[in-house]
Amino acid sequence: MGRVLAVIIWILTLLSVLLFFSGWWFPEAISEHAPALDRQFLITIIVVGLSFTAAQIGLGWMVWKYRDTGKPGERALYSHGSNRLEVLWTVITAVVFITLGVMGQSVWASLRLHDAPPGSYQVSVVAQQFQWNFHYPGKDGKFGRTDPTLIDDSALNFVGLDPGDAASADDSVTAALAIPVNRPVELRLRSKDVIHNFWVPQLRFKQDLVPGMEIKVHFTANRVGRYELACAELCGQLHFKMKSYMLVLPEDEIQQLQALPQADFQTKMTELLAKYPLPTK
Amino acid sequence: MSETHEGVHRHPAPTGFIRKYIFSIDHKVIGIQYIMLALVAVLVGMAMSLLMRMNLSWPGTSWPILETLFPTGAPGGVMTPEFYLSLVTMHGTIMVFFVLTTAPQGGFGNYFLPIQIGAEDMAFPVLNMLSFWVTLVGFIVILMAIFVEGNQGLGQWFAALGPSFTGGSGTVGPIGGWTGYAPLSALGKIAGPGQGAGMNLWVISIAIFCVGSLLGALNFITTLLNMRTKGMSLMRMPLTCWAWFTTAVLALLSFPVLLGGGILLLLDRVANTSFFIPGGLYVSGLLSGTNPNFPLHTGGSPILWQHLFWFFGHPEVYIAILPGMGATSHILATFARKPVFGYRAMVFAIFAIGLLGFFVWGHHMFMSGMSPYSAIAFSVLTLSIGVPSAVKTFNWLGTLWGGRIRFTVAMLFALGFVSLFVAGGITGLILGQSSLDLPMHDTYLVTAHFHLVMGVASIFGMFAALYFWFPKMFGRFMSESLGRIHFWLTFIGVYAIFVPMHIMGIVGMPRRFSSFTEYEYLRSLDPLVMLVSVAAIITIGAQLLFYFNVVWSVFKGKRVENDNPWEATTLEWNTATPPPHDNFAGVLPVVYHGPYEFAVPGAPRDYVMQTDMEAEVPSGNGHNGHKH
Amino acid sequence: MATMVTSTRRPSTKKGPGAGPGMPGPNGNGSKRKDAFREPDSRGNRYRIGMWVALASIAMMFTSLSSAYIVRSGTANDWVPLAMPRILFASTALILISSVTLEFARRKLKRSLDSEYTKYLLTTALLGLGFLISQVVAWRQLAAQGVYVSSHPHSSFFYLLTGAHAVHLLGGLLALTFLWLRSRHRTFEPALAGKKQATADAVTIYWHFMDGLWIYLFLLLFLWR
Repeated sequence: MGRVLAVIIWILTLLSVLLFFSGWWFPEAISEHAPALDRQFLITIIVVGLSFTAAQIGLGWMVWKYRDTGKPGERALYSHGSNRLEVLWTVITAVVFITLGVMGQSVWASLRLHDAPPGSYQVSVVAQQFQWNFHYPGKDGKFGRTDPTLIDDSALNFVGLDPGDAASADDSVTAALAIPVNRPVELRLRSKDVIHNFWVPQLRFKQDLVPGMEIKVHFTANRVGRYELACAELCGQLHFKMKSYMLVLPEDEIQQLQALPQADFQTKMTELLAKYPLPTK
Repeated sequence: MSETHEGVHRHPAPTGFIRKYIFSIDHKVIGIQYIMLALVAVLVGMAMSLLMRMNLSWPGTSWPILETLFPTGAPGGVMTPEFYLSLVTMHGTIMVFFVLTTAPQGGFGNYFLPIQIGAEDMAFPVLNMLSFWVTLVGFIVILMAIFVEGNQGLGQWFAALGPSFTGGSGTVGPIGGWTGYAPLSALGKIAGPGQGAGMNLWVISIAIFCVGSLLGALNFITTLLNMRTKGMSLMRMPLTCWAWFTTAVLALLSFPVLLGGGILLLLDRVANTSFFIPGGLYVSGLLSGTNPNFPLHTGGSPILWQHLFWFFGHPEVYIAILPGMGATSHILATFARKPVFGYRAMVFAIFAIGLLGFFVWGHHMFMSGMSPYSAIAFSVLTLSIGVPSAVKTFNWLGTLWGGRIRFTVAMLFALGFVSLFVAGGITGLILGQSSLDLPMHDTYLVTAHFHLVMGVASIFGMFAALYFWFPKMFGRFMSESLGRIHFWLTFIGVYAIFVPMHIMGIVGMPRRFSSFTEYEYLRSLDPLVMLVSVAAIITIGAQLLFYFNVVWSVFKGKRVENDNPWEATTLEWNTATPPPHDNFAGVLPVVYHGPYEFAVPGAPRDYVMQTDMEAEVPSGNGHNGHKH
Repeated sequence: MATMVTSTRRPSTKKGPGAGPGMPGPNGNGSKRKDAFREPDSRGNRYRIGMWVALASIAMMFTSLSSAYIVRSGTANDWVPLAMPRILFASTALILISSVTLEFARRKLKRSLDSEYTKYLLTTALLGLGFLISQVVAWRQLAAQGVYVSSHPHSSFFYLLTGAHAVHLLGGLLALTFLWLRSRHRTFEPALAGKKQATADAVTIYWHFMDGLWIYLFLLLFLWR
C-alpha cells in the first residue's frame, strides 16, 4: 500500500506540475507594470512549484521507505524531534516567505502609493448593475458636475451629469473605455449601487468600485488594441454579463475622439470598436 | 489509596430514549449529533456544487427534474443566473458554517476532547446541548432561505409574517456569496433577485450560528482549562486537544465580531439604518429616498462590513482546518508507530497560526479600496503565516521519517491531508502578495486555493478522524476495503478538480460567474471546465460509497475485539468501547506520560499508554531523539 | 461519590542524554513542574473560568460594534449628535449602586449570612430593574422627540448599543432571580455550598462587567465626537 500511495502521489504531482506547462497562461500583457508583475508571479510560482514538488516527493518517499514491512520485533525510530532542525526550517521558510512577501510589494507600491503623474489621461468610471459608464471630460479636460439626484437611466443620463454646468458641455459618456497608448491613465472609480470591480486581464489590473467612494487609480497601457473588460466582484443577477471593452488607441485617434461632441463620440467609438479585433492570445 | 472526587457522576445516566439520544447532555451523543448534522449539510452542499458544475459545463441544457424542484429557479429546467448565484451563496454558507465548523469542532472535539483529557463530560453539559440545538435551528433557517422565493409554496407562509419576509422575483435563495458583501446584501429587494426574504434569513441564520458556536467555544475552553485529570499537564495533551482548544479560542474571539456585523446588516435591511449603505445610491432606476421602496440612506461604509466580516472570516479558515491538523498529527503518530516529531514546535505552530490568523484579514481586501499602506502590512504578515504552516508540514514528514507505517484507511486520509494541505496552502504565497492580487483577486485561483486547503484538506482530516475513531464510537470498524476505494477516488478526484482551477485562475476566469460564454478570452478553457465537472461528478459519486460505509458499518461492521484496536496511547483507548456515560466508569484515569510514546526502547510493547504506570520512558527531554 | 485512583509516583522527569540547559526539548512529555500532578480543580472554579471566557466573547462583540461606531463616525458627513436624555444619569447611578449591593451580597454569602445575602440580592435585582426601566424611559423620550433607530447614525448606534447592553443586563437579572430562588434552599453540605458561592461569584463578575460596560458605552456615545 505504501508503495502504491507513493507512486500515486508522485504521479499526481507530476501531472499537476505538467499542467502548468501546458500552454494555458496569462493573456499577453499590455501594461507598463505588467512585466515586473509577471516576473514576480513567475518567481513566486517557481518557489510554490518547488516547495510543492519537494514536499510531495518527500511525502511519497516517507511512505515508500517507512512502510511497515511486518517483520516481528522491528520498531520505529524513537525520536521526539530535533530542536536544531526546527530552528533551521523555521528560519529558512521565514526568510524565503518574507522575502517573497516584501518583493511582492514593489509593483503594488509603484501603482498605488503615489498619485497619477501630471498630464495623465483622465476618465471617470461609473459602474452600475450590470453596465459600465465611462465619462470623458472632453476638450476642456474638465469633468462636468455630476449629482446623484440628476441620474436618470431612462433619459440615458447614467452618471447624473449636470447640463447646466459649463464644463459638461463637451463631456461624453459611453459604455466602452478608450484610453491612449503609452500615456498614464487615471481612472476615477465610482459606483451607483453596489460594489463592482474594474478588471482587464491583459492589463493585470483590478480595483473595486465602491459606492460612496471615489477611488483614483492609474496605470499605463502600452499596446494598441481592444480588450475585454469584466466585473470581478459579485454584483447581482447578471454579474457575468457586466462586460465592456477597453480600447487602447494611438495618441492621434484619442485626440480626434476627444474633440468630438457626444453624439459623434458614440459613433466614432462604435467604429473604433469594430476596427480593432480582440487579441488572439 | 483512594479519595473522593466530586466531579465524577455529576449527572446520572439518562434512561428514556429522548433524554438519551435527542435532548442529551452527554457530550458523546452531542458529538454524534453534530457529526450527523454535518453529514446532512455536506450532502446538501455537494448537491449544490453538482448543480453548479452542470450549469457551467452544459449551459442552457434543460434538466426536467430541476423544473420540478425549483419552478422559479429553473423554468423549463434551465438554470437562471440568479439560481446559479444563490447556489453559490448557499453552497459556501452551508459548507463553511454547517460542515467545516460543526464536524471538526462540535463533532469530534465534543466527543473526544473530554475523554482525551480524562474528564467525565464537558464543563457545562446543558450549554453543550443548547449549542447543538441552536446550531440546528440555524441550519433549518438557512434551508428555509432557499424556499422563501416568490410568493408560492412555503413562500406564502413566510409572506404572512410581514413585508420583510417576502421574496424577490423568481429566485431560490439569497445572492451574495458566503461573504455577503454590503451594500448588495444590505439594500433589500431593490437590488434585484436574491435580496429579499432569503437574505434576511441568511443573516439571521448566521447570527444564530454565531450564538451556538460561542456556547460551544465557551465550553471547550473551560473544560480544557478546568477538567484535565491528574497528570494531564498541558504539555501532555494530545495535539488534537491543542487544536480544539486553539480553535475554540479563535471561535470565541471571532464569532462575536461577525455577530455584531450581522446585527448591523440586519438593521440596515429591516430598520432602514445606514451602517453599510452610503448616500446617493441609485439602484434599479430609483434614487435613495425618493420612493417608499427605497428609503433614504446616507453615509454608510461598505468597507466596514468587509472589515467586520473578514476579521471573523480569516480566523474562520483556521477554525475549519486546525482540528484537521490536530487529527492528522495524532493519526500519523499512531500509525507510523512513532512519537510526534517536534511536539512543542507543533504546539507553538498551532498557537502562532491562531494568533497570526487575527492580523491578516486585510489580505481579502487588497482590491477593496482600503489604504494601500495597510495592504502592505497585511501582505507581509500574511506571508509570515506560511512559516508555522510549513513548520507543521516538516514535522509531519519528520513524524513519518523512520516510522513503521501501517496503512489503515484513517492513515491514508491523514497522509492525504498532508498532501492536500501543502497543495492548497502553498498557493497562499501567491494570493498573499498585494501585487499578485491585481490579476488574481476573485479568480478561480482563489477558489482552487481555499477549496483545497480549507475545504478538502479539512474534510480529509475529518475522514481520517472518522475512520480512526469510529471503532471507539460505535464498537465496530468501518469497512477498510470500501474505505480504500473511497480514499483513492476522492484523493485523485480532488486533485483533478482543483489543480486545473489554478490554471483557470491564471488565464483569468472570474469566480461567481454563472456563465463564461460572454468572454472570448475564456474560450480556450472549455476543456478544463469540462474536466473539472467530470472529475467533480465522479468524486461526489464516490462520497455515496462513504455514506453507505458509515450506515452499513454502524449496524454490520466488524466488531471491535478490544478497547484499543489501533494500539494507540491516549486516554480514549483506555476506556470501554463505546465509552460509558461518564467516560471512565467512575474511575478517572491518571496520566504518567506524554501522548505519543511509541517505539519506546525497552518497553514490552511498541507503545506506552498515557496511563501506563509501570513503564519507564527513557527521556523526559528528547534531545537524544535523532541519534541513530 | 466515586473514587479516583491516584498514585504517589511522580512522572518520569529524568533528563535524557544530551539534555542541556536552556531550551526545553521538543518531546511532549509534559512539563517538569509539579503541577502536572495537581488535583483537577474544584467545580466552583469552572463557573468563574466559564464566566471570564464568556465575558471575553461579549467584550469582543461590543468591541466590534464600537469599532464600527468609531469608523462610521469618522468617515461620515451625516453625523448628527444626539442630545443626551438626562435620565441616563439616573441609569448610571442605579447600575453603579447595584454593583455595590451585589458585592455586599457576595461577601455576606461568603460569611454564610444567608438572610443578609438574600436581602442584598433582592436590592440588586430591584436596582437592575430600575436601570432597565430608566433605559426604556430614555428610549421613549427620544422617540417622543422623533428620534428613531433609522434617524441618523448616532441614533442608530445609540439604540443598538444600549439595546444590546439591556439584553445582556436582562440576562444578568434572570441570573439574579435564579440566585434568589436558590438562596431560599439552605444547604450545609460543603460541596453544594461551594457551588452556591461559585455561582454567586460568577454572577457578580458578570454584573460588574455589565456595569463597567455601561460606563464605557455611556462615555463612548456621549464623549466621542
